[in-house]
This record gives sequence, structure tokens and C-alpha cells, in this order.
Amino acid sequence: MSGKPKLHYFNGRGRMESIRWLLAAAGVEFEECFLETKDDLTKLQKDGSLMFQQVPMVEIDGIKMVQSRAIGNYIAAKYNLYGKDLKERALIDMYVEAIIDLNELLMMHTFQPEDKKQQHFANLVDKATNRYFPVYEKALKDHGQDFLVGNQLSKADVQLLESLLMAEECKPDILDKFPLLQSFKARISNIPTIKKFLQPGSQRKPPLQEKDLQRVMKIFH
Amino acid sequence: MSGKPRLTYLNGRGRMESIRWLLAAAGVEFEEIFLETKEQYEKIIKDGSLMFQQVPLVEIDGMKMVQTRAILSYIAGKYNLYGKDLKERALIDMYVEGIIDLMQMILMFPFSPPEAKEKNLDSIKERATNRYFPVFEKVLKQHGQDFLVGNKFSWADVQLIEAILAVEEKVPAVLSGFPQLQVFKIRMSNMPTIKKFLQPGSPRKPPPDEHYVETVLKIFRK
Repeated sequence: MSGKPKLHYFNGRGRMESIRWLLAAAGVEFEECFLETKDDLTKLQKDGSLMFQQVPMVEIDGIKMVQSRAIGNYIAAKYNLYGKDLKERALIDMYVEAIIDLNELLMMHTFQPEDKKQQHFANLVDKATNRYFPVYEKALKDHGQDFLVGNQLSKADVQLLESLLMAEECKPDILDKFPLLQSFKARISNIPTIKKFLQPGSQRKPPLQEKDLQRVMKIFH
Repeated sequence: MSGKPRLTYLNGRGRMESIRWLLAAAGVEFEEIFLETKEQYEKIIKDGSLMFQQVPLVEIDGMKMVQTRAILSYIAGKYNLYGKDLKERALIDMYVEGIIDLMQMILMFPFSPPEAKEKNLDSIKERATNRYFPVFEKVLKQHGQDFLVGNKFSWADVQLIEAILAVEEKVPAVLSGFPQLQVFKIRMSNMPTIKKFLQPGSPRKPPPDEHYVETVLKIFRK
């Protein structure tokens, strides 16, 4: 056994991507085991590896962890990305929970049927630019530090960067009105571990294409 | 100011109920402000109280906390309901997240269209019986202890007792195949702080009814 965390998921972003981001940001090398068919999932379910019969599942420190938030919290705490005390953790949690809500919208974009796509996109852009981004723009402005919470890199910074990049994939000029988010994006992208993750050949996954949709649905349904 | 946490939400369970449970279980008294009109809701959005324009909102220790999980984690951390180390926390988080998925189905149930209600009820029963309850039945059987994690009362226990009671309201015999959970339910219900919360007149809210659904739609629908 290599001792490296081992990620079980399909070969795509989904609910595992944020975990890949966190591990990469923490400079932790990891292995991946990709589910390709329904049988792959069934096998994991049958052998008792999946507590609630679902992936993501991450084998780490002798535990078969499931539930993306539980996994994210564990990695953040273990690698010092969770603030210095309970109150910083509370702020990080608030920021991250909202980012997760935004990411749901961003991820669902690909799955929308043709007749709902435009409305979904409009809602996505509205929420991103009116509900979520202003909060982080203001936090950076008020706080005046390089990072969202305290003065060190945390899970909140990593998840926000992930989200900003995904949002730009949906609408390239979406950050136009947010100068501090733009400089945040540049700054955090340049952190060595993150810079490495953003380079071709890393374990970062591309956005799901419509042509892959059927293949992924077959695994889970 | 009283120093007690102050909860702002509708006068009903929704996403605030788990927070009420956890505070109550920790023996923490709290105050509540109930949103009854759209205007009230718009007012607290305008005054900047809601970080993402959403409730639940819990004012606690000088913070205006939003996002249910953030609030629950803070309370668990503060009142020593989060295990003794990182690994216990991981286990508590996994259990809680699974239960929250089940609770989500119950949360959404009153809002499902009439023609979907029977199917959704079946789903709740199926998931509780086949996916979630067996996990906790097995955990309790294997370690033979009173509590889910680390032989100590934690957030996971509170979340589970809440879920058991919520599912039983809809599927009365749901625990029939789960002897450990039946004993767990009695044991938890008898813990002094929880017993108090389960008595009439406590801040515990009744199951959602038509009036609650109407209020939600009135306040939150654009």
C-alpha cells in the first residue's frame, strides 16, 4: 500500500473535484480509481466499502471516508486549511457552504434539458453576480489580506478559486465587475501547489461534455 | 442583550429544526424571531443581516451565522459534541451527512405535488430502511456502546434521534427491523436535555402543515 489517499469516483469532476483541489492545494499526492461501468459501482457497494452506497469515497489514514463534506473537513483540518480557532472555522464553513451551493448551480448547467438551459443559465449568472461574488469581493475588501479568513490559506480560498474558474468556464466575463476577485484569482492560482494543479497533465478534471453525460448516467442509474 | 443565541426563521421546522435540537441537547437556552411576512424577510435582507440573503440565521457569540451546516458545526465544536479528535470528527461528519441526506427528503416532502406524495413517501421509507438505518444499527451493535462515536454523546446522536422521530411520524413502524435503534431511541429520549425538548411547551416545532407550506411559499417565492 502506498500510503497515499485513494479516490474512488468516475473520471470527471462531479462531487470529487473539490476534494482533488484540496489535496492538491495541500501538496498531497493521491491515487485515483475510476468507476467506468455500473458493475464497478456495484462491486464497491457489495464489498461494503461505501457506507451509504455512494461515491465519492476516499481511502485515507485507514478510513474509507464517504460524504464529500466530511472528506473535505478532514483534509482541511489535517493539512491546516481550517483556520486557527472555532470562529475562523465558522467563517470558513459559512463561505464554503455558499460556494457549494453555487457549485451545484454551475455543475447542473450541463445536465439541463434544452428547454430549460437558458433559464438555468440566467439564474446561475444572477446568483453568482448578485448573491455570492459580492460577498467575497466585500470580504476581501474589508479584510485587506491575501486570504479570505485569518491570514493564511484555507479551504475557503481553495474552494472559491475552484468556483471562480468554473464560473468563468460558463461565462468568461463573469468576473468583470469584481476587481478583487480577479486579483484573488491570480494570486491564489500562483501558489506553487495550486499552480501545479492548474497545469496540463495534473489530476484536475475537465468540465463534463454533453457527449459524456450518457456514460456517466449509466454508472449511477 | 441576553447573551443567548438568537434564531431567526419561520415558525416551523424547516432547516432550523436541527439547530434547535442541537442547542437543546447541549442545554443551551435560545431566543427565536419568527418570520411571518415577506416584508419582514426583505427587511433583514436589506439591513445586511443575511450573508447570502437566506435563513436560517443564528446570532451567536457576536456572529451573525448563516448556512445550516456551518451553524451546526460551530455549536457542536463549542459545546463539546464533536468527538475528541480528528478521526472521531470524521466519523461524526460522515454519520451526520448521511442523516442530513435522509432529512432532506423529509424536508422537501410537504412541497411535493399531491400526485408525487405517495412515491416520495415510499422513497423515504426505502432509504431509511435500506440505506441509512442499517448503518447505525450495525454501528451500535458492533461497539455495544450507548453512543454512536467514542462512547460519548455527540452531534451524531442528536441528529440520529431527530431523524428517527421524524421518519416515524411518516412511517410509524419504520424501526421494526432495528432493535438497537429502538433502544437507542429510548435512551436518547431519556437524556435530561432531550427529554425536556420533547415535552410540550419546548421550542420544538410541530410537523409541517398546510399553513406552514403556505407561509414558506408566501415569504420565499419570488
